[in-house]
Amino acid sequence: MQREAAIREPLILGNKTYKDITDDVVGPNEGPAPMGWKIMITIAALIAVYGVGSILYLLGTGIGVWGLNKTVGWSWDITNFVWWVGIGHAGTLISAVLLLFRQKWRMAINRSAEAMTIFAVIMAAIFPGIHMGRIWVSYWVLPLPNQFGSLWVNFNSPLLWDVFAISTYFSVSLVFWYIGLIPDFATIRDRMKKPLAKKIYGILSFGWSGRAKHWTRFEEVSLVLAGIATPLVFSVHSIVSMDFATSVIPGWHTTIFPPYFVSGAVFSGFAMVQTLLLIMRKGMKLENYIHVKHVEYMNIVIIVTGSIVGVAYLTELFISWYSGVEYESYAFINRFSGPYSWSYWIMMTCNVISPQLFWFKKIRRSLIATFILSIVVNIGMWFERYVIIVTSIHRDYNPSSWGEFHPTSVDIGIFIGTLGIFFTLFLGFARFFPVLALNELKTILKSSGENYKKSHESH
Amino acid sequence: MGKVFHVMYDDDDTLKEAASQLVSKGVHIREVYSPFPIHGIDPIIGIKRTRLAIAAFMYATTGTTLALLGMWYFMIHDWPMNIGGKPSFSLIENLPAFIPVTFEFSVLCGAHGMAITYLLRNGTLPGMPATNPDPRTTDNMFVMEIAAEGQPLAADALEAAIQQTALVELSVKETH
Repeated sequence: MQREAAIREPLILGNKTYKDITDDVVGPNEGPAPMGWKIMITIAALIAVYGVGSILYLLGTGIGVWGLNKTVGWSWDITNFVWWVGIGHAGTLISAVLLLFRQKWRMAINRSAEAMTIFAVIMAAIFPGIHMGRIWVSYWVLPLPNQFGSLWVNFNSPLLWDVFAISTYFSVSLVFWYIGLIPDFATIRDRMKKPLAKKIYGILSFGWSGRAKHWTRFEEVSLVLAGIATPLVFSVHSIVSMDFATSVIPGWHTTIFPPYFVSGAVFSGFAMVQTLLLIMRKGMKLENYIHVKHVEYMNIVIIVTGSIVGVAYLTELFISWYSGVEYESYAFINRFSGPYSWSYWIMMTCNVISPQLFWFKKIRRSLIATFILSIVVNIGMWFERYVIIVTSIHRDYNPSSWGEFHPTSVDIGIFIGTLGIFFTLFLGFARFFPVLALNELKTILKSSGENYKKSHESH
Repeated sequence: MGKVFHVMYDDDDTLKEAASQLVSKGVHIREVYSPFPIHGIDPIIGIKRTRLAIAAFMYATTGTTLALLGMWYFMIHDWPMNIGGKPSFSLIENLPAFIPVTFEFSVLCGAHGMAITYLLRNGTLPGMPATNPDPRTTDNMFVMEIAAEGQPLAADALEAAIQQTALVELSVKETH
């Protein structure tokens, strides 16, 4: 049997057995919906409906209803896209990269982090879709034979790379997530008393029976998918950053963008995981499985990636001066002292200064401080994209065409609406899906469960 | 015609020990049902390593080939365009711009090809009936399935050998 060092904190607290893990995780799926859940999903769904209404109004009227103008032709749409894609990076990082590094603490959080990833990527995909204006011709982004020549899509363009990257990322994450879910759906199927629910979980579980050969294949598939999803995580946000970096706009045309965006994405993704899980563990009474140690591990990732982001901000600033290119240099002076300096300083405070508080062990292990800081980081990361996008283009080469961007109610409605859709989906997931990876947690119970660790010590 | 034994254990390590004991007597264990992967059971009951990873590699290289072939056809052969002066007359010279899509498409084909193969080989597809002998095997119980036929021990001796292990329940089924 595998043992681990006694000084490592146990990952599963309390005197748990295999049966307890099933009961604790699946129990909330079986009982009636709690009042708090009903209230939350109602609010989220109302906001979602408002968002869908805003989107329909946009599609019916045209993207002129956004606050875009001749100078600032890209703003909240692409900001929201990058923000959501960034959030969508933590899930696959947790399940794939941490699997390759054999980090057992990932098992308590990977399921919900992957769900978050999938929902966040769906939210992200909305923005380039509706930004086309004529969403009904969005299939033109695919290289399909057509009546125009054939005129093909441009494979030299990072925007097209993005189409491939995002769709690959979404579908591979979905498959990775679902393959892990199949055995857990089987667990619910075999426990469920209600006939209709039993039938549905039966279909969802694909007839999984837990045969030894199937488990061998399961582990192989998980490992190989993790192996190929790891470079995928890095490639997707690198490609998103190339949407900017391959252009010639000062402030965008930067070679450090790919690593800077990837660490920013992991940073914001982990912050969102913290926000969601701190509520979920409380609401679903999973404190024994997702506890202070898990939160601390995630906060350590936040310090590391937040510091990389901070270094990237300062590097950009230094290089813009050191390069001697006056356009480049002006773009950055304008960033911190121009009309959008307020957003620059929000970004700096939220992303560079606030995560440094996690160096203090007390703060790093405090759930309330973590919750507040996770929201601060998410706000900061939204402003990071806003700063990069809007401040770089609102003053172009020709001062007569300088302008500013002011969001309209449709801009705001769509952004808030995607938050509503996201939370509706996530709450639906928390209610009907096994929110922790049951089959994986059971494999670490004997090496990392509190009761087992204590009994090992006494021997 | 023959008996099938379903031997239930309440712990993965107990099952592993029991399996080793029986296998050392020459018993062939047909199947093990468990709620999570039991590490180390495969060599005991004679399960070979899966070749899924090789399949995934083959799907991925197919993806690489298709992506390169497609981009050569679209961008070089069928309708070359001058985009920012990028070389549109040679796949090799235009290759740096094609790397991202080649990579993504390889991953796409590798991951989905492997996932589909996995589901087909397992026979786990939407709506398939569950075949585990006891619903508790997806929760906290571990079941070993042993067919009496083709064993070096007679059915009674086999049952006696099974009873010597630390089992929780034994159910015997007659098959026709």
